[in-house]
Amino acid sequence: MAAVNEIPALGVPAEPQAPQGVRGLRASQRRRLNAFRYVAFTIFGLFFLLPLFAMIRFSLEGSKPGTWSVAAWKQIASYQGPPPLLPAIEITLELAVITSLVMLVLVVPTMIWVKLRVQWFSRVLEFLCLLPLTIPAIVLVVGLAPIYNRIERYNVSALMLFWAYVILALPYAYRALTAGLTAMDATTLSEAARSLGARWFTVMFRVIAPNMWQAILNALMLTVALVLGEFTIAYPLTYVNLQVELFSISRNTVNAGVLFSASAATLLVAFALLLILSYVGRRLRRGRP
Amino acid sequence: MTAAATTETGARPPRAGRRSAPTWVGTVPFLAYTGVFLLLPTGIVIWNAFRRPTGGFTFSNISALNTSAVRTLFVGSLELCVISALIGAVLGAILAYAVASGRQDGVVRRLYLAGSGVLAQFGGVTLAFAFLATIGPTSGILFHASWFYDFPWGIALIYIYFQIPLMVLVFLPAIDGLKVQWREAAENLGGSTWHYWRYIGGPLLTPAFLGATLLLFANALSAYATIVAWEDQIAYVVPQQIGVALISEVGLVNFNQADALAFGMIVMVVIVMSGYFLLQRRAARWQR
Repeated sequence: MAAVNEIPALGVPAEPQAPQGVRGLRASQRRRLNAFRYVAFTIFGLFFLLPLFAMIRFSLEGSKPGTWSVAAWKQIASYQGPPPLLPAIEITLELAVITSLVMLVLVVPTMIWVKLRVQWFSRVLEFLCLLPLTIPAIVLVVGLAPIYNRIERYNVSALMLFWAYVILALPYAYRALTAGLTAMDATTLSEAARSLGARWFTVMFRVIAPNMWQAILNALMLTVALVLGEFTIAYPLTYVNLQVELFSISRNTVNAGVLFSASAATLLVAFALLLILSYVGRRLRRGRP
Repeated sequence: MTAAATTETGARPPRAGRRSAPTWVGTVPFLAYTGVFLLLPTGIVIWNAFRRPTGGFTFSNISALNTSAVRTLFVGSLELCVISALIGAVLGAILAYAVASGRQDGVVRRLYLAGSGVLAQFGGVTLAFAFLATIGPTSGILFHASWFYDFPWGIALIYIYFQIPLMVLVFLPAIDGLKVQWREAAENLGGSTWHYWRYIGGPLLTPAFLGATLLLFANALSAYATIVAWEDQIAYVVPQQIGVALISEVGLVNFNQADALAFGMIVMVVIVMSGYFLLQRRAARWQR
């Protein structure tokens, strides 16, 4: 007790002088640092925002330069080409749904099962899930070409792209789901459920999965964002999705307004998805002490 | 504690006895899927890189890469990756430092982090269009850049757009790992800002910086959509030529060129990523 009181007592007379000097130095450093930060944020902010603004401004360009018009945005659904845009949009949206569903069915149960029952497998699972980050998509597509030759014997629809898209989305889904799985005490939850007589099926789908719905939502949104922007697999395999069609339009009609409005629209959807995601993610983290 | 553990182990055997299939069976669907659509394609690339179109083992696909045209492609890829990775890494590190020196829960930090998450993924066809609208040689709103279609600087500028955010995401944890106490200790011992960065901050951040630069390099190496949308008539880098070889492969013209080029890329990526993991492990030492 005495010792604790002694230290502030000793410190009091020194305080007005020493920290004053330090604080003065700090203040000048702070000022320089703040000046640097504002300059950096302004320059980088401009660099990142200008192309986005330019694209949106371009999409709102009227028939005469300098005028404004929403014609290009209305065209998104009605653009007749060549090539027409709407079928590609439909295919891409369907692909987004199918890819997300397959991802859910394939990855979520596997990850929960491995976490609960087959822990020795978790390193293999992690390796396989993160491998697509290392192997460039343009390399993967070379190996996928012969496989897609086989698939095309049965079905030539561009919807078949989902087989490859699930692989591309694996790393993002894996990270999102891992965050969800580690944020809860899955082992205790499953032991509690089991001791109350639950089957493993019940444990996985009615106990663990509902506890990680935010992580599952994250994984879904990342998958959708990925499918909306995918070009590398579709184009060399001569499938047509939204990005491939935009590319074809750009080669047929230079600077077509619909190009920029459709690009901006895709981007805005992806932005919205990922911003929702970062918001949900923050709430998820904040919820955990 | 001990009692609970005993009950736990005591309860297990009957359960284990009741189950009909071993637990690893649950991983079979996943293994089958990734086997067919991830491991098999990779295997096919490596296998075909050493196979004659007519069958049989050969090095001729690989040695066919040693022509001036293909060498130009690999040199082009190297140029573009080195330029965009170095500039992206330096600028990204500066931005990461600016972000890190602010308040931990400040609006600016949240904004830049969320933005980086989005923009690091924002590549592809759309990004090329965005730059076309900004500084395109005939359509630019900001100005008309005559060098827009110059290789490597025109495309490097576009690549830097997604390299900087990636650098911020990868490098920020390293900067956050610098403890205030280290700086205070340096100041208390009479060190200047220069001393701090030269002898403490710099050496601590170097492995993380180099590792992140390698990651950016690999990122630029595998980018495909952006450069195709930027220029699809001339192949400057390996991915472009792989695409060309693959599309013309419909007529089985030069069957194994795509595989040999892809194999070359796998080798490059494996070298770069090994370096990344080694450096990352070294960098992780100070990030607790």
